[in-house]
Amino acid sequence: MNTAAARPDPFPVDGWKRAGWLLLAVYVVYAAAQMDVSWDRVVSGLHNARHFFERLFPPNFSRWDLLVKGLGESLQIAVLASALGIALSLPIGLAASRNLVPAWMSWPARLLIVAARSFHPVIVAILFVKAVGFGALAGILALALASIGFTAKLFAEAIEEISLKQVEAVRATGAPFGSVIGIGVLPQVFARFIGFATYQLDSNLRNSTMVGIVGAGGIGGTLFAAFQRFDYDFVCAILISIIALIMLGELLATGVRAIFIDGASIGDLFRRGPRAPGGRHERLLEDD
Amino acid sequence: MLSIKRLSKAYVAGKPVLIDIDLEIASRGITAIIGASGTGKSTLIRCINRLVEPTSGAIEFEGRDLVKLSRASLRQARRHIGMVFQEYNLVERLTVMENLLSGRLGYVSAWRAWRRKFPPADIARAFELLDVVGLAGFANQRADSLSGGQRQRVGIARAVMQQPSLLLADEPTSSLDPKTSVEVMQLLTDIARERGIPVVINMHDVELAKRFSDRIVGMAGGKVVFDGPPGELTDSMLKSIYGGEDWLH
Repeated sequence: MNTAAARPDPFPVDGWKRAGWLLLAVYVVYAAAQMDVSWDRVVSGLHNARHFFERLFPPNFSRWDLLVKGLGESLQIAVLASALGIALSLPIGLAASRNLVPAWMSWPARLLIVAARSFHPVIVAILFVKAVGFGALAGILALALASIGFTAKLFAEAIEEISLKQVEAVRATGAPFGSVIGIGVLPQVFARFIGFATYQLDSNLRNSTMVGIVGAGGIGGTLFAAFQRFDYDFVCAILISIIALIMLGELLATGVRAIFIDGASIGDLFRRGPRAPGGRHERLLEDD
Repeated sequence: MLSIKRLSKAYVAGKPVLIDIDLEIASRGITAIIGASGTGKSTLIRCINRLVEPTSGAIEFEGRDLVKLSRASLRQARRHIGMVFQEYNLVERLTVMENLLSGRLGYVSAWRAWRRKFPPADIARAFELLDVVGLAGFANQRADSLSGGQRQRVGIARAVMQQPSLLLADEPTSSLDPKTSVEVMQLLTDIARERGIPVVINMHDVELAKRFSDRIVGMAGGKVVFDGPPGELTDSMLKSIYGGEDWLH
């Protein structure tokens, strides 16, 4: 009996945690009251929504030329921004990896990455529209910058996780720095880098349909104009086309990953079931 | 050939791992360095090609003091020093052939290396070496698909690809089973003797060291406490190298 009292309570009450949850609950109620989020408001909103959805359908594809032009521009913005952003991410990510470069080099590179990440692409797009004027160029630059913030950071992290033993061996052969990177470092991170790059392309494709709203080119501008003219059936057509475009991008990204990472051939992509028996795919699962 | 003079290394100031090491390595023969874990065997061998920076002392190799070399001349010197590692240190995601050719990186520009444009003579020699180490037909396999023994064979072939005038081996068999250890040691010493390359090997295994080396250097407490042919390595010597005696017999 004596010892039981001496043992600590295995489930002690943490007053601070409880206070934290309580505080959160109080704030949610307070914020809802401040924002006029009430049941009446929801009901009137739903009524309006029904009206809106009725006008969305059926979608109107009669102005398809405008649609295709906008989508084409969005696609171009996404591809160019990805190419530029990813190409710049390689050296910046490398410069930011603390295990390979000295601190005087990695700190500025990390600062650059943080700066590129700190604003939402739309805010950056507004800045670039002001700087270089309306049009696709602003969108490309904005999304390229966003790509650097994302891809370079992930790339730097991937490099920081590599096995330095492999690098040491390459260094011991008397290889110049460029070869140490190309032979000792890149093969270790290449598969992950392809992964990051395709995710970035995917994300840029989605963002490229939006920067048009602030005048930085692409389908977003057309969408915004259609909203303002209450052409809701055209809005619906645009939204459906965007979904199709995103799905297409997703498909493309999956294919690129399969080819570069799993070593699939183009033919494999159109085959169902597991690819390339005994190929690279199975081994990757083991060591990743 | 290689002459180490008053070499010291302290990772933390005031706590030296190597204390005034003096060692002469002749231009032929296999030298095994034995000693308990933590006595600085690895540090000593890594100081030679400056994968670890020595704190003080000199390492004369081919008429130059390696310790004083600039980065560019150090790279040039490293081309003549092959190294075999305990955990093989192959680039796992590259093929066996690419790993072998990485031994030639000191002679090929980075631009060519990135595009895998190695001189045909190097590629031909790599294929020959694959035959020598018993891995013919493995050229296009990825290094991570090989077994430990196979990987170390690639590691040896990569070092020999450098056409080195000195081979360093840091615990080359410590990650291998006893049978494979003997095979790998046999291969390493055969290649070195055949090509007249002097070898400095770190070893845990005293029996393997005795069996394959011409000379044994015993280290304890950061100093050389024994230096002689394997025949002279008596139990009392081993006692002073490793301490204690229960492990003998």
